[in-house]
Amino acid sequence: MINIERISKKYKGAENFSVSNLDLFITEKEIFGLLGPNGAGKTTLISILCSLIKPTSGSFSIDGLTYQKNKNQLKQLIGIVPQEYALYPSLTAFENLKYFGSMYGLKGKNLDDKINNTLDHLGLAAFAHKKIDTFSGGMKRRVNLIASILHDPKVLFLDEPTVGVDVQSKNVIIEFLKQLNNNGTTIIYTSHHLNEAETFCTRVAIIDHGKLVIKGEPKELIQNSEGSHNLEDVFISLTGKALRDHA
Amino acid sequence: MHKLMASAYKEFLLLIRDIGGIAILFVMPLVLIVTITLIQDSTFKTVTDAKIPILVVNNDNGDVSETILSGLEESNAFEVNIKETEDLAKDLVFKGKFQLAIIIPENLSSGLEQKVAQNVDGIIEKFGLEEEVDSLPKVTIESKEVKLYFDPATQMTFKSSVKNGIDKMVAEIETKSIYKAFQEQISDDPTEVIFETENFITFKEILPKEDNKEIIPNSVQHNVPAWTLFAIFFIIVPLSINIVKEKSQGTFVRLRTNPVSYATVLGGKTLIYLVVCLIQFVLMLLIGVYLFPAIGLPTLDISGRLPLLFVVAIFAGLAAIGLGLLLGTIAKTQEQSAPFGATFVVILAALGGVWVPVFIMPKFMQTLSNISPMNWGLNAFYDVFLRHGSFLDILPEISLLFLFFIATTLIAIVYNEKKNTV
Repeated sequence: MINIERISKKYKGAENFSVSNLDLFITEKEIFGLLGPNGAGKTTLISILCSLIKPTSGSFSIDGLTYQKNKNQLKQLIGIVPQEYALYPSLTAFENLKYFGSMYGLKGKNLDDKINNTLDHLGLAAFAHKKIDTFSGGMKRRVNLIASILHDPKVLFLDEPTVGVDVQSKNVIIEFLKQLNNNGTTIIYTSHHLNEAETFCTRVAIIDHGKLVIKGEPKELIQNSEGSHNLEDVFISLTGKALRDHA
Repeated sequence: MHKLMASAYKEFLLLIRDIGGIAILFVMPLVLIVTITLIQDSTFKTVTDAKIPILVVNNDNGDVSETILSGLEESNAFEVNIKETEDLAKDLVFKGKFQLAIIIPENLSSGLEQKVAQNVDGIIEKFGLEEEVDSLPKVTIESKEVKLYFDPATQMTFKSSVKNGIDKMVAEIETKSIYKAFQEQISDDPTEVIFETENFITFKEILPKEDNKEIIPNSVQHNVPAWTLFAIFFIIVPLSINIVKEKSQGTFVRLRTNPVSYATVLGGKTLIYLVVCLIQFVLMLLIGVYLFPAIGLPTLDISGRLPLLFVVAIFAGLAAIGLGLLLGTIAKTQEQSAPFGATFVVILAALGGVWVPVFIMPKFMQTLSNISPMNWGLNAFYDVFLRHGSFLDILPEISLLFLFFIATTLIAIVYNEKKNTV
């Protein structure tokens, strides 16, 4: 489904590679977690896969398509939930979703119904016609998610979709993503919530300093890591306890 | 087309949700045009209500100083205040209390009379018309000097016009004195008219005519097009901010992952901001036609010119929008786009001849003015408003404006592509 071959990225003026010679294959209908400390290269990798930044070297394809040859087809195939709320604060949730849905060529009653149903599903029906700038963080996260799935993408990229939200919102989001996955959507997500990743992901990859450290099913990784009881133990044993502050 | 319309509708919603922004977009240009026209109206009027207070120190107290004083009063431009001493007048002017002090020297009238009489006597003598030859030696009469003190803050244009006015007044007094002296020498009857003292050479301004009626340009006909254009170009500021905001909000990132071209996104903005420009333009016209006469300003005459005026407004609007799209695409922050946009519009306006006519600019600036879109727009507006030009007359200017829009938009698209190519 997603074939990443020796992808590297070095930002202008940076000393080190943010992503370095990374190989990865993600199969269809997986929920794949990209885990790593701050600055590990998770967001950079997702940004490359979503055509937001250009890799320094290497190549990748999604469902056999590349941006160089099938840009619009590929954009129609994927959805991205960015880390920040990519919404217009002065527009209502419905207006935001209608606009972003339109950008995928959706229109009319079909689009309206899809928006209303999804808002309802994520507990936002009552707030459909309220402006985004009146929403709480959790509500914004949910609208941010809906804006990315209206066109039924085959692959959904999520960059820390549950950061800064309450437990209730987090549960609603995770349940919704599981449902999407059951309906055939491949999910690639990054997170710092390792407990969440452990139960949610079918497979995870831990990356550090732009390099792939380990990949596999969470249970398998825990079993193979001596003295580890959960994914967090595995993570700490592989990436260490040192702080990863960077500017 | 669906994506373009959806983008335009989104821009419309963003715009109407920002009431403060809308007020600034529509109200400020109106305030600007009313203020500027009120100020500049006096320069187009021969008679103005606003008199400039000036000081006069009259050390002469003769006919000549009386003529100067009545000339100043009759000009209706000055409110004359008499002061006793030159030092006092000088002090008040240099402190900025008055713009100007005129110091009329002692014995100006008698001196002029003597000088003229001496000259006339000399001429008469040369012609052999003098009955009794005066054997007295010729007395040297010193020339007199009218001193002018200006407030150092006074603008050069005001200084020049005052100097020219006084120079003309003095020349007229001298001429009349010469005629009077000749009259006295030649004729014993002071009522006999020997010389016509009226100017032989006069001038007449020939104005363009429409339906046999002279078209007299007024301040409104000059100001409305100039400042309307200025306001239209100010769309650069909110438009570039709008684009920069999309980048900082993250919505632009989302759009980049959507199957929509940057040209479509910019197209939506172009449509809505063009409507904004046209609404601004209509409001300006309404102000000129209805508000100006109500506040004592001349009426804006748009009879028979509306279609052409809209054509110019559309193309000027497009040129301004193109510039806004480019600025918004290149700028990274609002702190970059807003001050740059505002300053750049002022520079374009100056280059375009909004404040100072292009023909009085230095040669280099005149050349530079030719590449200012504001100059093309202003010329097109003047063609319609003042020269009563046809569509063919404005075709070169609107073509340049359109090319400018295409060029700036293409640069914005190419720049964006280059920056975000994957």
